[in-house]
Amino acid sequence: MTTEQLVDAYTWMTLSRVVDERAFTLQRQGRLGTFSPTKGQEASVVGSAMALTVGQDWIVPQYRELGACLVHGLPLDLWFMYWMGNMSGGRIPDDVRILPVQISLAAQLPHAVGLAWARRLQNLDDVVIAYFGDGASSEGDFHEALNFAGVLRVPVIFFLQNNGWAISTPRSAQTAATSFACRAQGYGVAGATVDGNDVVAVYEVTKEAVARARADEGSTLIESITYRLGPHNTADDHTRYVAEGEMETMAEFDPIVRLRTHLISQGLWDEHRDTELLAGHARRAQQAAVTAEARRPHYSQVFDHVFARPTPRLARQAAEAERRHGQEPS
Amino acid sequence: MTTMNMIEAINLALRESMYADDRVMVLGEDVGQLGGVFRATAGLQAQFGRHRVVDTPLAEGAIIGTAVGLAAGGMIPVPEIQFLGFAHQAFHQIAGQVARFRHRSQGRYPMPMTIRAPFGGGVRTPELHSDALEAQFAHCPGLKVVAPSNPADARSLLIASIIDPDPVLFLEPLKGYRLVKGEVPESAGGDTIGSARTVRAGDDVTIIAWSASVQLAEQAAVRAGEELGVSVEVLDLRSLIPLDVTSIATAAAKTGRVVVVQESPVTGGFASEVMATIVEEAFYDLEAPVQRVGAPDAPYPLPGVEEIYLPSVDAVLAAIREVTSE
Repeated sequence: MTTEQLVDAYTWMTLSRVVDERAFTLQRQGRLGTFSPTKGQEASVVGSAMALTVGQDWIVPQYRELGACLVHGLPLDLWFMYWMGNMSGGRIPDDVRILPVQISLAAQLPHAVGLAWARRLQNLDDVVIAYFGDGASSEGDFHEALNFAGVLRVPVIFFLQNNGWAISTPRSAQTAATSFACRAQGYGVAGATVDGNDVVAVYEVTKEAVARARADEGSTLIESITYRLGPHNTADDHTRYVAEGEMETMAEFDPIVRLRTHLISQGLWDEHRDTELLAGHARRAQQAAVTAEARRPHYSQVFDHVFARPTPRLARQAAEAERRHGQEPS
Repeated sequence: MTTMNMIEAINLALRESMYADDRVMVLGEDVGQLGGVFRATAGLQAQFGRHRVVDTPLAEGAIIGTAVGLAAGGMIPVPEIQFLGFAHQAFHQIAGQVARFRHRSQGRYPMPMTIRAPFGGGVRTPELHSDALEAQFAHCPGLKVVAPSNPADARSLLIASIIDPDPVLFLEPLKGYRLVKGEVPESAGGDTIGSARTVRAGDDVTIIAWSASVQLAEQAAVRAGEELGVSVEVLDLRSLIPLDVTSIATAAAKTGRVVVVQESPVTGGFASEVMATIVEEAFYDLEAPVQRVGAPDAPYPLPGVEEIYLPSVDAVLAAIREVTSE
């Protein structure tokens, strides 16, 4: 990574963290729904996303990859709108190459394979990265997608974030395999393991996978070993299953602290710039949240885009809703 | 006009659709080299190449799951599920992903996709090859469900499904693949999904059916005329989603005596939806309680007893007697 890229990575990672904190507060105030913070995984998420070409390559997220989506151009106010429950937040702008957030774990993996396949069929050299976790790797879709990717030799990077937990289920209860990455061999795709809290290492290993994919040399399964520094989501109480003191110990490996220490030691960063950056992030997060909150969901979101044109029965139901809710301020 | 069976009509529609639009591609188990286990895709790989007619690994979930990505990436996939009974292994992708993708992305990612699958019994298959699961898929908002009964409709509705900007589950009557023959016009014309068709006019009783049950209804109609002196009209729904509410109401009101025939177990079947629609739209025109004919609420059995399980002409005749008894 160049010096500039290191500072960029730090900027995206800290923005992700600040948005997490803002969103957590909003959730506690009842202004935002259940969501899953990225905290602790920022190097993994941002470093990998930076290895792809913004505007050309595709992000296929699960739901804990805010940083990757921001790197690739998702407007922050849309992110807030989605998690505030506004359907319009799911409308990713046409020029942003991100698939919708995936809630049904691992279902996005065959989508990524099909997307990469489609682009190759059109002689385009886009690359697709799909995010998922250690828990999702136990789903059938993981196996089917990896197998298809191997057979079809499509340009997909399967980016497995092993953050130690699937809600309360520890990694040790997820598989008896010695690693997740070693499964790659069984599918005829490349495999790699990386320290997911080292943004440079994540970037470099993903960059290699991108090069391989772009050169039509097939898929890569990357296991990024990281740690979820908090609850699964805003509805979770991790103190019920995480051993006392473990989070505190793992916080010593916080990727943001690690990168900041590195940047300062290299003379690339200082306290003053840090304070300014974080204050700017706070303003940006606040502004995006306010913008999102001001855009109230319209009743028609229930009916719009179910089909290109509603079925006669759905049109009737929409007309009924119009009579009931059409006069409400939006 | 050319006489064709269902398979030939489906093959023709696929060929015409692939010829008309380079984005259309076929994928599934055994669809390429073999041409499908029923030969629905015979000759397509030779004509359009291995990149557009693709033999996939054996995994229904990934066949549909990759089709989602193909559609998002600019293709028009026509995945085949070899037997609808196996679609449960892709149900999470069909119901949870395909059907919802346009809506949850608020129009950014439409899903122009036609999932073809044969279904229905009466051909002595092993287990899970014959189940009529259409009602399960009709309950997935965002998904259209089309079920033609004859070759002309199979051809025109398959073309319409592939052109349709939304995902369609295209259900093909397994029993009728070679058994049901009919005239197919030179031109496919512009058929529309969501319109029912009267396939037999009558004055006394209306039978509403779809797919293979239409032939059953027609046989029962002939016998009702001969044995009971009852004139029976048959409405072929052709499409379950969208549902042609107007034609159902009109056909029900015309005779006031209605029998709905389905091949699946009675409880929770699509006939229940048709009956509810009749109650909402034509209640005051009814002369007798609406009757339904379907399979028992039991799993599809082994072939030794499937004729006992499946709705029969006699069962439809009994329902006709019931609605004309007073």
